[in-house]
Amino acid sequence: MSRVSTLLARETALAWGKGGGPMVAVGFYAGVATLLPLAVGSEPERLAAIAPGAAWVALALAALLSLDRLFERDYEDGSLDLLTLSPVPLEIICAIKCLAQWLATGLPLALAAPVAAIALGASPQLSGLVVACALLGGLAFSFMGGIGAALSLGARRGGLLTAVIVLPLFVPPVIFGGGALASLEAGLPWSAGFALLGAYAAAAVALGPLAMAAACRNALS
Amino acid sequence: MIPAPAFLSNPERFMAFSRWAAPLFGAIAVVLAIAGLWLAFAAPEDYQQGDTVRIMFIHVPAAWMSMFVYACLGVASFLSLVFRHALADAAAQAAAPLGAAFTALALITGSLWGRPMWGAWWVWDARMTSVLVLFLFYVAYMALRAALDDEAKAARAGAILALVGVVNLPIVKFSVDWWNSLHQGASVFRADGPTVADVFLYPLLLMALAYMSAFGSLWLVRIRGEVWRRRAEALALRAARA
Repeated sequence: MSRVSTLLARETALAWGKGGGPMVAVGFYAGVATLLPLAVGSEPERLAAIAPGAAWVALALAALLSLDRLFERDYEDGSLDLLTLSPVPLEIICAIKCLAQWLATGLPLALAAPVAAIALGASPQLSGLVVACALLGGLAFSFMGGIGAALSLGARRGGLLTAVIVLPLFVPPVIFGGGALASLEAGLPWSAGFALLGAYAAAAVALGPLAMAAACRNALS
Repeated sequence: MIPAPAFLSNPERFMAFSRWAAPLFGAIAVVLAIAGLWLAFAAPEDYQQGDTVRIMFIHVPAAWMSMFVYACLGVASFLSLVFRHALADAAAQAAAPLGAAFTALALITGSLWGRPMWGAWWVWDARMTSVLVLFLFYVAYMALRAALDDEAKAARAGAILALVGVVNLPIVKFSVDWWNSLHQGASVFRADGPTVADVFLYPLLLMALAYMSAFGSLWLVRIRGEVWRRRAEALALRAARA
């Protein structure tokens, strides 16, 4: 257990510090949210119609941004080789890395999400669900994104490749989360979309590390 | 299904089999396509859709094939990942561009059909979107294989990605039931039998078989090409060492 907590502390510290971490992700998120009204026009009624969905898509993009730091750094300086030698299974190590990623970027982004949604004109009553969706969705983004990050280890232009691999995997959480938010805004029951988002996040947390570990072993072989 | 890969897993046997099987499947595909297209143009106009219903005979088999080829890609990837079989990997690599082509054909003909029927080139409904996602999976698979220089690593990484993508196939199939939408519901594979009239069903099935044979033929040709390419590379490597 102490190995796991030590590893989690290391990964979280790395994800928080050193040229990246929450400030960059939130800054990118704010940037995308700022570009949006500039692109579609600032009429409140037009913006309000797309606000929850736009905030949600910006979240997915912001989650994408920090993925290439997930394995790449450890792969390049050899830490990943050492980590595979540890008694902790590589699957658990990958899960811890994604969890740390979620703590360092998913959590701050979830707190920033309602601010962006309200600034774009979404009703403040949505805020609770926006945070909940962003937390669950961030989990799915981290664990699904980790697969793409692990697969593109050692590739030329890995960052771009990660995005191409990962965006199709982001489709279901984006649909479910966006659907839940749109239903709540329309005054319809939103629990179905939210439950499906939770199911997808749970499946990503359970199955994602298997694929990630296989991909890491392949890259190191 | 299972004995076939076992029989063909011997490269010598595979090359001997595919030498005559590939042109044979190709010929069958041409005959079936001619018959299917003949019946398709002989079929009466649909009472609602008029002549545009004939797009169905191109569109629907392509959509079926887009999923079938991904299933082939998944099986080949599984075999290559578990048994590390070079031929299975060549099969997976050869299937991906064919599947992407079928998917693109389904999307393009669907768009051409949607314009007169729905008044829009593209509608964001569940099934169309998931076929588009399937296309993105093919693109991601090919991009990943192209980006990794080491062939053995590219093979395994691609196989892992293909198996991750297999999760997407059930979503394509059942998304129609999950979300009600503009798109036609399932009307051929139903528990209570097809709801398509026979004059439309027979050319449709002929075209589906034609697509299937064409895929079989092209797949075998591409696998043969991949085997030859690897042999040529190995020979070049040996010559360079000598």
